[in-house]
Amino acid sequence: MLAAVLVVALLAPILATHDPIANSLLERIRPPSRAHLFGTDDFGRDVWSRVVWGARVSLLVALIVVGVAGVGGASVGLVSGYFGGRLDLVTMRVVDMMLAFPALLLALAVMAGLGSSLLNVIIAVAVAFLPRFARLQRAVTLTVREREFVLAAIALGSTHWRILTRHVVPNCLAPLLVMITVSAADAILVESSLSFLGLGVQPPAATWGAVISDGRSFLQNAPWISGLSGAAIMLTVLGLNLLGDGLRDLLDPTLRGEGAE
Amino acid sequence: MKRFLLQRLSFLALSVCGAFTIAFLVMRLIPGDPAQVMLGDYATKESIARLRETLGLERSVAMQYASFVGRALRGDFGQSLVTQRPAFHEVFAVFAPTMQLAVAGAVVSMLFGIPAGILAATRRNRPLDYVTMTLALGGMSMPVFWLGLLLLLLFSFTLGWTPTIGAGAEGGWLSTLHHLVLPALALGLSLGAMVTRMTRSAMLEVIRQDYIRTARAKGLRELLIIVKHALRNAALPILTIVGTNFGIQLGGTILVETVFARPGMGSLLISSIYQRDYPQVQALVVVFATSIVLVNVIVDVLYAAFDPRVRA
Repeated sequence: MLAAVLVVALLAPILATHDPIANSLLERIRPPSRAHLFGTDDFGRDVWSRVVWGARVSLLVALIVVGVAGVGGASVGLVSGYFGGRLDLVTMRVVDMMLAFPALLLALAVMAGLGSSLLNVIIAVAVAFLPRFARLQRAVTLTVREREFVLAAIALGSTHWRILTRHVVPNCLAPLLVMITVSAADAILVESSLSFLGLGVQPPAATWGAVISDGRSFLQNAPWISGLSGAAIMLTVLGLNLLGDGLRDLLDPTLRGEGAE
Repeated sequence: MKRFLLQRLSFLALSVCGAFTIAFLVMRLIPGDPAQVMLGDYATKESIARLRETLGLERSVAMQYASFVGRALRGDFGQSLVTQRPAFHEVFAVFAPTMQLAVAGAVVSMLFGIPAGILAATRRNRPLDYVTMTLALGGMSMPVFWLGLLLLLLFSFTLGWTPTIGAGAEGGWLSTLHHLVLPALALGLSLGAMVTRMTRSAMLEVIRQDYIRTARAKGLRELLIIVKHALRNAALPILTIVGTNFGIQLGGTILVETVFARPGMGSLLISSIYQRDYPQVQALVVVFATSIVLVNVIVDVLYAAFDPRVRA
């Protein structure tokens, strides 16, 4: 399912049957047909093409956001957890404070200041997602730090850098991977919420949230506009969530008993 | 307990400080001159200069921050640029509908989530468990605004059972309730999915305990075991999730209020962002964040009051 969405996003220029922003006044609000798979919206734009191109925006944002927030947040958590002390105390208070705010509210606050654009959406969502990675990475680092092989490396006089990169990080990857997958799903939801509210990537660019928002006024006469683009979001997020659950079961031996037994 | 309370209260104070900082930063993030941005392209030089004066933009950043926090602590966020009334008062005018929605959403999420979670846990690894869990994962993956639109399409447009927009007539509680049903369902169902998953895992945790085996050995009826022995012990983690979900819930109200065109803090936030009414945005961010943190702290303290193990 997820692979299908990825392929669609990559092949958007080929799969899109029409220009996603080309208006056609003669073909306004047409139900799905062979010419327009998902029908057309009030500007006569082909909804299928808009959804296909929207997949690109959503996946791009999700990918960059988890990349930036993952690397950034994990680095903060790693350093904070490994060195501990006062630095850890201060960092974690800031992280706790940020975690108290829902990601959407944090992202909205950032967007309110920065104004809407693709780059600003990425910045806003990445900022909102940083703390959760920091918290997770710190927790994992704390347990790994006490393991024998790390203590042995310290006893051998390895540098902090070497211990962190060679011993600590490779042993933290499993939970981080799960977090990245689940966060990508969340990032797509937050991004589409921002575009739905009209504060994301600006029109006429095609994004899933924007297509749903466009279809709102025609919900009664043309339910396919909002309906089908929302289904695209749901399938993608569901795919990522399933992948996250699967990875968790696979990578965490303590949970392996949960499903079976 | 005293130490725990102190710790939570300091967290509360710190988070409120954080909310002030974020609200302050919103204004500082604006590229260029905030006064120019707020007043738009047609503003006269004099009015821009006057607003810069009111906002204190001529002073240093540290001074601005100090005066912002000082005034915000007294509930003074300046005047809304749109209505020219104190921004803080504007927030409280729409506080009630949003809280009604959030509470109703929480109730719906429990009404659906807890029974579904118990059902899944007691039928573990059987078809009903898989069906429930798949539905729950689907619910979690659904954008809440899309769910709202689908409900609107079904119940308002097709069946004509519920009103489409607004929060109901002033003073009529029946009308208020009638207008609340659909938004609360939209909000509650997506959160209910999370509650379902939590209930299931909390119940599974409890069901393998010895006292459940004892209860079974005594020959108690299964229903009695589930409700009296298992659910009671699983209740705390479940209620904690409902409490900590409150933040996500308030975030969700922003979307649900937009879908159903309900007056509230969420829709006010969005329109204020559109109208570049920054004092209003700041006041809303602070009130939103403070309510979330307050609820979280209350949940933590209640949890500790009931379960002594947490206090350590």
